[in-house]
Amino acid sequence: MARPRFLVLQLFLRSSRVQKKRAVLTIAAIAWGTLALLLLLAFGEGLGLSLGKAWAGMGTDIAVIWPGETTVPWKGLPAGRAIRPRINDIRAIKERVPGLVGVSGEIIRWGTNFTHGENTVNAPVKGVGTIWGQLRNQIPASGGRFLNPLDDAQRRRVVFLGTDLATDLFGDEDPIGGSVLIDAVPYTVIGVLIEKMMFGNYSGMDANHAIIPIRTLYAQYGSDRLSVLVLKPENRAGMKRALAGVAQVLSAKYGFDPEDERVLGTWDTVETGKIRDNFMLGIQLFLSIIGVLTLTVGGIGVANIMYAVVKERTREIGVKMALGARSHWVTGPIVLEGLTYTLLGGLTGMVVATVLVFLLGLIPTGDSMALKALGKPTLSPAIAATAAGVLGIIGLLAGYFPARRAASVDPAETLRYE
Amino acid sequence: MTTNDSIIAMEQIRKVYDTGKVQVEALRGIDLEISKGEFVAIVGPSGSGKSTLMNLIGCLDTPTSGVYRLTGQLVAGMKKDELATVRNRRVGFIFQNFNLLPQISAYENVEMPLLFGGVPRRERRRRVEALMERVGLADRMEHKPTELSGGQMQRVAVARALAMDPDILLADEPTGNLDTSSGGDIMELFQDLWEQGGTMLVITHDPALARRARRQVEIQDGLITRDTGSPGADSTPLR
Ligand SMILES: Nc1ncnc2c1ncn2[C@@H]1O[C@H](COP(=O)(O)OP(=O)(O)OP(=O)(O)O)[C@@H](O)[C@H]1O
Ligand SMILES: [Mg+2]
Repeated sequence: MARPRFLVLQLFLRSSRVQKKRAVLTIAAIAWGTLALLLLLAFGEGLGLSLGKAWAGMGTDIAVIWPGETTVPWKGLPAGRAIRPRINDIRAIKERVPGLVGVSGEIIRWGTNFTHGENTVNAPVKGVGTIWGQLRNQIPASGGRFLNPLDDAQRRRVVFLGTDLATDLFGDEDPIGGSVLIDAVPYTVIGVLIEKMMFGNYSGMDANHAIIPIRTLYAQYGSDRLSVLVLKPENRAGMKRALAGVAQVLSAKYGFDPEDERVLGTWDTVETGKIRDNFMLGIQLFLSIIGVLTLTVGGIGVANIMYAVVKERTREIGVKMALGARSHWVTGPIVLEGLTYTLLGGLTGMVVATVLVFLLGLIPTGDSMALKALGKPTLSPAIAATAAGVLGIIGLLAGYFPARRAASVDPAETLRYE
Repeated sequence: MTTNDSIIAMEQIRKVYDTGKVQVEALRGIDLEISKGEFVAIVGPSGSGKSTLMNLIGCLDTPTSGVYRLTGQLVAGMKKDELATVRNRRVGFIFQNFNLLPQISAYENVEMPLLFGGVPRRERRRRVEALMERVGLADRMEHKPTELSGGQMQRVAVARALAMDPDILLADEPTGNLDTSSGGDIMELFQDLWEQGGTMLVITHDPALARRARRQVEIQDGLITRDTGSPGADSTPLR
């Protein structure tokens, strides 16, 4: 038989048309479902992107270590001793723990007085090593810079300010090059942090802190005990080994069981990142399920209309069979018709969704934290492919089951003259 | 026992409709042979099994038991698609209520079996035009069935039945829905087709049409009760 596929298309074009109103309603239902699916996925994607950015705000794949107290006796030393590493231990860690991008100590002094002109503000000051800026994602706004090794070596009195703190002190004035009194000691502002979203934190928001070289802080306050250590391995897989290495170095120096987990409180963002990724995946999955269900309702509408079509055309089907139509020449056009309604609806939904997402993108988020966190709905090729795939499957199913009923039509029965 | 010219050869054909509660034995052992070039009328009271017999002959349905050969080919055991091909090539159906597809033109209705037969486009056009000419409707090709009279619809149906040049035309009460004059036209048409060498099987209540047939087969209660046989060549009825 010649060109059966072509034949199915011809038969489809020649089969009787469905009531226009019913077809439009069905297509609208599919369009609505597609729109719902796409918007939900787009919001999920936008949320994921903005959350990802916010989490990265603290730095990616870093670990933060808080020195604590021992809980088990070790080599004749009793439990309950506080372990307080010093600035110089950082060098030892750098030398003995391989596979690190960097490690930095951090000394935090809460409630420090900052004064510029008339303005006095209370905020934490943090003394850190130069690499800390890279580990903790401290990007300077244009015109400024972060601390450099010379600042530390020469114990320069320079300060890098968080965005909000800079505004509180300087108002509309350009802070770069300006001077600030930190607990009555004059400092020069060398940089201001760019505005950024940040979800994780262990010592307040970065927007509200001031950063100075760790040795400068030591010189001014006289304590070289580290509040926390921040480190980043060369790759994620190296995190566990790096943490164990730090524990070894400190244990050798301060005398504690390196297995004692309470001595060094650890926040491993690689580990929490995995949980976060799973969480995001869960949200996306949840949104997709809702979307797909909405779309399925549309698909059931198409299947319904096709069942009605088959019923209405029973005699037509019987006649075609009497004329020698093979069963797939009867079913093919029906599947094609169901698919056509579905894809027409899908296309409509996709166009509307694209326009809506574009318009939503134009709405300014302003200062609303909630809007920022929600992010901009984003349509990615992956989302489009998912939607197209789901539509295709639903369209085929919506045509397949009614077509199966058509194929089971008994021609002798339908052609009986009544 | 089947001659080379045999188109239909049925032996002990039975058809039982199982409607769940009751079993209706519509045909109770039919022996029938029809040769090429015959014009057979099947007559009998309502409910006697005439349409059932035609459906079996046309492979629209399968017998419950018995042996059926169509142009020498055993029909039992054919797959669905093979039966479809048989219906497409070997038989042409004409129904009392025409059964044209209402949404397409007369031309497309006649073309439908040619589409199923895989006939190329140009050849289809040639054949449809010739057939419409033959049934006297060359000027009505683009009309929808609803725009035609009953007699015209039945002539389109005849053209459609002839499209694939079948071995036999099967007509179930072809004049039942027509007035006397249109019915007469159809009878003329059948007569012509038969005279040009066609094989015809017509179910009818119309004595006028039955008389035109050279052979009459009467069915009552699922059995053949009378068969005039073919006059001429071989006067022995049945086997
Ligand atoms: N699909 C079916 N299911 C059940 N019984 C059926 C079916 N088709 C036909 N019958 C029964 O089989 C018998 C023969 O029916 P058939 O249609 O062949 O009669 P007929 O001779 O064509 O009658 P008519 O002259 O009224 O058209 C009837 O009793 C009818 O009720
Ligand atoms: Mg009948």
